[in-house]
Amino acid sequence: MHAKRTIALLSLCFLASVLAFLLWNVTSANLLYHLPRRAVKLAALCMTGSAIALSTLMFQTVTANNILTPSILGLDSLYLLIQTMIVFLFGSKQLALIKRHSEYLLSVVLMVVFSLILFSLLLGKRNLGLSLVLLLGMMFGQLFGGIASFIQILIDPNEFLTVQARLFASFNSVNTSLLFVSSLLFGGVFLVVLPNLDTLDVLSLGRDTAISLGIDYPLKSRLFLVLVAILTSVATALVGPVTFLGLLVVNLAKQMAKTYRHRLLLPVSCLLSMTSLVLGQLLVERIFQFNTPISIIINFLGGIYFLSLLISRGKA
Amino acid sequence: MITIRNAHKHYGRQTVVNNVSLSIQANSLTTLIGSNGAGKSTLLSMVGRLVDGQGEFLLEGKPISSFKPTDLAKQLSMLRQSNQVSARLTVRELVNFGRFPYSKTRLTTKDHQLVDQALSFMDLTGFADKYLDQLSGGERQRASIAMVLAQDTTYVLLDEPLNNLDMAHSVHIMKLLRRLVDEHHKTIIVVLHDINFASCYSDYIIAMKDGKLVQHGNTEQVINSERLMEIYGMHIPVAEQGGRRYCLYHL
Repeated sequence: MHAKRTIALLSLCFLASVLAFLLWNVTSANLLYHLPRRAVKLAALCMTGSAIALSTLMFQTVTANNILTPSILGLDSLYLLIQTMIVFLFGSKQLALIKRHSEYLLSVVLMVVFSLILFSLLLGKRNLGLSLVLLLGMMFGQLFGGIASFIQILIDPNEFLTVQARLFASFNSVNTSLLFVSSLLFGGVFLVVLPNLDTLDVLSLGRDTAISLGIDYPLKSRLFLVLVAILTSVATALVGPVTFLGLLVVNLAKQMAKTYRHRLLLPVSCLLSMTSLVLGQLLVERIFQFNTPISIIINFLGGIYFLSLLISRGKA
Repeated sequence: MITIRNAHKHYGRQTVVNNVSLSIQANSLTTLIGSNGAGKSTLLSMVGRLVDGQGEFLLEGKPISSFKPTDLAKQLSMLRQSNQVSARLTVRELVNFGRFPYSKTRLTTKDHQLVDQALSFMDLTGFADKYLDQLSGGERQRASIAMVLAQDTTYVLLDEPLNNLDMAHSVHIMKLLRRLVDEHHKTIIVVLHDINFASCYSDYIIAMKDGKLVQHGNTEQVINSERLMEIYGMHIPVAEQGGRRYCLYHL
C-alpha cells in the first residue's frame, strides 16, 4: 500500500511539473505559438525519461547490482565518437545537409551492435563474468573517448563548436519526425516488457533461484539486455548522453517504494525520471536562460546522490 | 528416479567432476558426502541445471534438458549453498516465490496454505513479515529452505541445507526431510558435511573424492572405518549405539 501512495503522490508532482512546463508565461495571445512547441518537447522529455528509467531498472535486475547503469558500457562515449567522426569526415556544413535521419539511424545501429557484442560476452558460451565485461565496457568507453578527443583536436575550431553542442544532452531542438520514430521503438519495447514484469521479479532473486523456479534464464536475460541496448541507444541518439539519470531515479524509486515488485518499481521510477527531466528543462529554460545544458544539472545532482549512496553503503 | 551417465565437468585444466555415473532411487533420502572440492556441489548443480557440463541427466527416464523450464520447476527444485538476495523482500514474499512455477505471482488459496505450511515447517511463522536483511544467517537459510519446500516438487536437491544452523534446527530439518520421504514420497538428495547426520538419516550415501564417485551404497556399506579412510584419507573410529553408527572424527 505504501508503494501505491507513493505512485499517487508522484503522479501529482508529475502533473504539476507538466502544467508548469506547458503554461509558464502563456497568455491567450501566444497560446497557439507556445503550446505545440512545448508539447513536442514535453513528449521527448517524458519518453526519454521513462526509457532511461526502464532500461536502468532492467539492467540492475539482470546484473543483480544496484549501483550500475547501462552507461557504464561506454555507450555515451561511443555516441560522442560517432558524432565527432561524422563532423570530421563530412564537415559541419555537409552535416547540416545530410538528413538527420540517416545520422540518427547510424548512431542507433552502431550503439545497439556494440552493446550486443558486449552482452554476448556476458551471456554466451564463454561467460566472462559481469565484472570483466563491465571493465571491458569502461575500457572501450575510454578508448572511444580518447579517439574522439584526438579527432576533436584535429578538426577546425568552428567545426569543433558543432561537435561540442552535441556532447551534451539537449531537448532544445528535438526533431519531430525522429521523435515519432523513437516513440514507436519505445512503445514496442514497453509492450514486450509489460507482460514480463513478473519474470523480472524472479530474476531479482538471482540466476540460480530464477532457474530453479522455472525461468528460462538464458533466453530471458538475453531478451532484457537486448531491450536495454535498444532503449539506451535510442534515448542517447535522440537527445544525447543522459543515462546517468537512470541510476539516480531507479535507486530513489527503490528507496521510496520499498518493494521488489517491478509492477510498482517501474511506474515509480518512470514518474521520478519524467518529473526530474521536466523540472530540469524548466530550470534550463526559465532560470538559466538556455545557458546550461540539462545534462550538467542532472550530472551535478546525480553525482552528489551517487556519492552519498556510496558513503551510506560504506557505513552500513 | 534420477539417472546420471558420464557426468563430466572441468574448469580450464582442472577436472571437477570426473566421469560419474549413478542412479538415485525414487522415494529415498540420498546423502552426498566427501571432502571440500570433491565435486559434490557441482554434480548436484548439474542435475539442477544450474551448471552446464557433459553427460546425460535423466529424470524418470527423460533427459532433464528436454523439459520445459516451468514444467521441470514443478518436479525438481534446488537449493544452492549461497542464497544472497539483493532485492529487499520479506520472508513470506520469498517463500511465495516457491509457488511461482504454478501460479506466477497470482497466488491461490491453496498456494497460501502451502506457503504457511512451509513457514511453520521451518519454524518461521513469527518471522514471516521481517525483511531478509534483518535476519541472521541461519534464519535466512531456513527461509530459503522454506521456499524450496513451498515449491512442493517430487524431487528436491539441497546443497548443504544445514549451513549456519544450530544443532536443534539441524536435527529438526533432518527429521523433516525423513518425514517428507516417508510420508510424502519425495526423493531428496542432500549434500552434508556432518557424516553423523548422513549416517543417521539417509537411505543411501554417495561419496565423492577428487571428482570421482568412490562409494555408493546404504549406510552399513559406507559408514565403516575402512571406507571412510578411502573417502576422507583419515582414520575415523565408528561406534554403534542403538543400532545407529556414529563417526568419532573429532579425536
